[in-house]
Amino acid sequence: MAAYIGTPTSRVDGRAKVTGEAKYAAEFNSDGLVYGAIVTSTIAKGRIKRLDASAAKRVDGVLDVLTHENRPHMADADQAWKDDVAPEKGSPFRPLYDDGIRFSRQPIALVLAREWEIAVFAATLLDVEYASEAHVTDLYAERDKAFVVEKPAKPRGDAPRAYAASEVRHEDEYFVPVEHHNPMELFAATVVWEGGGKLTVYDKTQGVQNVQRYVCSAFNKKPEDVRVVSAFMGGGFGAGLRPQYEVALAVLGALALQRSVRVVLSRAQMYGLGYRPATIERLAVGASKDGTLNAMTHEATAVTSEYEDFSRNDTGWGGVLYNSPNVNFVHRLARLDVSTPCDMRAPGAATGVYGLESAMDELAVALKLDPVELRLKSYSDRDRNEDRPYTSKQLRECYAQGAAAFGWSRRNPEPRSMRDGKELVGWGMASGVWEALQMPAAARIVLTANGHADVSCAASDIGTGTYTILAQVAADALGLPIENISVKLGDSTLPDAPVEGGSWMAASASHAVIATAEEVRTELLAAAKTIENSPLADAKAEDVVLADGKIMSKHDQSRAVSITDIMRHSGADRILKEKKHEFGEDSSHARNTHSAVFVEVKIDEELGIIRVTRVVSAVAAGRILNTKTAASQIIGGVVWGIGMALHEETVFDHRFGRIMNANIAEYHVPVNADIHDIKVIFVDEPDEKINKLGVKGVGEIGIVGVPAAIANAVYHATGTRVRDLPITLDKVLG
Amino acid sequence: MINFRYSRAGDVADAVRQIASEPRAKFVAGGTNLLDLMKYEVERPGHLIDISRLPLTGIEETASGRVRIGALVPNSDLAYHPLIEERYPMLSSAIRAGASQQLRNMASTGGNLLQRTRCSYFYDVATPCNKREPGSGCSAIDGHNRMHAILGTSEACIATHPSDMCVALAALEANVNVAGPAGERVIAFADFHRLPGDTPQRDTNLEPNEIITAIELPARGFAQNYTYIKIRDRLSYAFALVSVAAALELEGKNIKEARLALGGIAHKPWRDENAEAALRGQNATRDTFKRAADILLSGAKAYAHNAFKIELARRAIVRALTQAAQGTPQSQSNKKVL
Ligand SMILES: Cc1cc2nc3c(=O)[nH]c(=O)nc-3n(C[C@H](O)[C@H](O)[C@H](O)COP(=O)(O)OP(=O)(O)OC[C@H]3O[C@@H](n4cnc5c(N)ncnc54)[C@H](O)[C@@H]3O)c2cc1C
Ligand code: SF4
Repeated sequence: MAAYIGTPTSRVDGRAKVTGEAKYAAEFNSDGLVYGAIVTSTIAKGRIKRLDASAAKRVDGVLDVLTHENRPHMADADQAWKDDVAPEKGSPFRPLYDDGIRFSRQPIALVLAREWEIAVFAATLLDVEYASEAHVTDLYAERDKAFVVEKPAKPRGDAPRAYAASEVRHEDEYFVPVEHHNPMELFAATVVWEGGGKLTVYDKTQGVQNVQRYVCSAFNKKPEDVRVVSAFMGGGFGAGLRPQYEVALAVLGALALQRSVRVVLSRAQMYGLGYRPATIERLAVGASKDGTLNAMTHEATAVTSEYEDFSRNDTGWGGVLYNSPNVNFVHRLARLDVSTPCDMRAPGAATGVYGLESAMDELAVALKLDPVELRLKSYSDRDRNEDRPYTSKQLRECYAQGAAAFGWSRRNPEPRSMRDGKELVGWGMASGVWEALQMPAAARIVLTANGHADVSCAASDIGTGTYTILAQVAADALGLPIENISVKLGDSTLPDAPVEGGSWMAASASHAVIATAEEVRTELLAAAKTIENSPLADAKAEDVVLADGKIMSKHDQSRAVSITDIMRHSGADRILKEKKHEFGEDSSHARNTHSAVFVEVKIDEELGIIRVTRVVSAVAAGRILNTKTAASQIIGGVVWGIGMALHEETVFDHRFGRIMNANIAEYHVPVNADIHDIKVIFVDEPDEKINKLGVKGVGEIGIVGVPAAIANAVYHATGTRVRDLPITLDKVLG
Repeated sequence: MINFRYSRAGDVADAVRQIASEPRAKFVAGGTNLLDLMKYEVERPGHLIDISRLPLTGIEETASGRVRIGALVPNSDLAYHPLIEERYPMLSSAIRAGASQQLRNMASTGGNLLQRTRCSYFYDVATPCNKREPGSGCSAIDGHNRMHAILGTSEACIATHPSDMCVALAALEANVNVAGPAGERVIAFADFHRLPGDTPQRDTNLEPNEIITAIELPARGFAQNYTYIKIRDRLSYAFALVSVAAALELEGKNIKEARLALGGIAHKPWRDENAEAALRGQNATRDTFKRAADILLSGAKAYAHNAFKIELARRAIVRALTQAAQGTPQSQSNKKVL
């Protein structure tokens, strides 16, 4: 039987999704379900002076209106509200806690009614009076007050001095605005009141056990009384890593009424959750005339809220990608009257590498050196930040294969030198880098006598393909056809898994499945040995494999016993194993994924209309478990990178401290017409050091580098360098 | 969204009767604009009169060679109707440049004329807006105004009319047939939409108790030399930053008749008699086109974020007239501008 791992296996949950069989958080029902409508603040900072809900309460069908004045009890201590992903420092937001307003669109009331329409109508009748205070939502207005957070990577040498002494220098700032995730599915929670204080919580989340622990600690519940389910998600992208306020509100409603409650955010309310923080990236890079990198300073100044310190690694990537003897990395945070930012696809890297790789391009221009050449000149075979080798780094191959597939050698380096009719043609490139993280995770396998296996784990599949790769891994590890594997995910009662994020789930969960399958094999072998004249009587555990529904000797396939025979003989109808897998603590090697992104843009010279006509993304990410779902991840990342480069921007009116494009008609993401040819290459990257399977994960790497590659291509086409995203046509109109 | 009563109109007379008897009533056709506005509480009608089943769905030629389009013809049916594609391809093109296929399937001809501005302050009841709440102030003038108007603005409002279809209708000099308590009347397209002045709350000269029954197109369709170019922030499914409907009648190189209408730059589809006059009788050259563009934009006034629209509009006019003159109209599926 051929291995499933590494093949383009189609999604095992595809059918359930397109037929509507897959149920999402807002689709679960319960007798007497109550509907909650959320009311949010219109000011950015201050206090609720008066909140009169009497008119709303008088509406027929309204059961209650919860506010900070009458809500059920919830924990006071910050610690109780800190979920697994909460920033270390700060006091997490808790809805309806008190009269304080910390950001515009903060939830201030929950209207509970028999029907959704009644709740929504009654929500319009609330009479709220605020005591406003002066707010600040503009990063540029606050940047001087930004404070330094723990440095992401150690400085080396003397970057400012080396920069000053460099023969060729480039220094500038790049800006990324606030961006929102805009998943298709709205955040929603259906809390089913099971009686006796027990709750089943259907929540849109990337981590059911994280939400389970959060609900228990915030509402003082026993772990066995709260079960959280999120089997399918209509897009998470990091927005669902932390428990969002819909789940706290739905639980509050259920506790207040002792009934089942559903809360669904509106699209506009989605803009009151977390987001990619606006960030100013300041880069200073210096080289000698031949292009040898001497100095690199990367300082990032990012938004956080008044109540939590959220920061990710924007700087430091230059020390992972390149060899510069003098480096300095600084990360600052500016506090604004906004909600706390959160993770969004490749947090830190998507923004930081945009700055870094734009600056590298500008340096290449100043050096009159090919941008790929510049990167190869300072190519680093070691992670310079930690001074250690990589488990693997095939970035050189990414440059080579990407450039060849793209036709990079035909590029005329002169800006505005290439054209196609009325359009200027620009070719740009950038490197990408992300971490290859892995976490402890557990899995359960139930193998039945008919050769069917149920594989389960609390992990969420946020649409990335976790169901599918775990089915492939289990099928190979158990020697069964994939049709015989059922995967169950996204339930807090299943074996422990981390939140789904950081691209760590593929490595983490697949090794849990392998480890558990090994236990199944050990038990099968023990049982096989008890059979009279067993052909495996003296086989050792390391000598046998599971294949074709049998356990067999690695050395002699004729020495085999079928699973059915073993079960029949032992009188068992199933084998159940559960095992937690942990990766050995080893910081001797750096673990990273890499990419090289090549982009062609065509820009109408007179009208400024920008089209991204070709993208080649060459990715080195260890062993690819499923070439189809992995390529889809990269394509999705590239599409998002196009959006980040050309379209996405959450627009604030700082006078009101309010987001003005809180809907997906006005918040632009790319549409089909914006997407042309995208080619994904996975370069071969065997990695025996990182983990047993050599897997690294591909969720985030696809977006990293794309915005810079596009910005660089826009420069090459037009001669205009745009340093603030998004690159809209008015910025390139000559 | 507030609670409202709902009724269905049996015929046009019934629709007029119903709306006259209830001052807080509104017609609903496709609902693609009105329902959104109700969800945002920008519109708070106490009563919706559903006109979507009125038999105003015909597209027919009249005895005088004009074409009459029922007010409830869906935008997509109109765009792909053989008579329209053949005689008024500029109208087909403009419709196809707007919204998405799904929206065009729902949107009606009459509703398209009456869609309201996309100014983001107008949409957010937490911010002041003269159009939504007369006298409260215009947040856009000193706020975000990248999408806003450069011509015909007032101190009270600088919003744009967002329709694509209406730009082509303006260029074609359509008529709007309406019915009201006082009977029927015809409004010339140029007189249908208003400039904001000091009453930005009124988008059009349609009375609140009147219903649009049809649009009538003159026989002249400019099917040989026309184009519709729409410039926007992504290649589809976005409102126009600037759009241009250009139509010419040529005799050799000489321009016999010219129509030029712009979208995305004013409170109404923008035409300029002097700009068109500057084209008539001239040779179809880039210089002629530039002169017309300069005339049309001579009174343009920029705000903090939309100055680029003036130059963009100038270039778009030249490009559109070039396409029209060459008989190579813009494709609405291939987004590369020819
Ligand atoms: C996301 C999005 C993107 C869009 N993009 C574009 C775009 O790019 N270009 C573009 O041109 N348009 C665009 N539109 C707007 C769309 O074209 C309009 O919403 C649509 O044409 C309105 O028609 P309707 O029948 O749905 O009107 P409704 O929403 O039913 O009604 C709109 C208004 O007209 C009134 N009304 C309707 N019919 C009549 C009548 N016969 N007589 C009197 N009053 C009437 C109603 O009372 C209401 O006030 C977009 C809309 C959305 C939601
Ligand atoms: S431009 Fe008009 S619609 Fe926009 S805020 Fe000003 S008054 Fe309101």
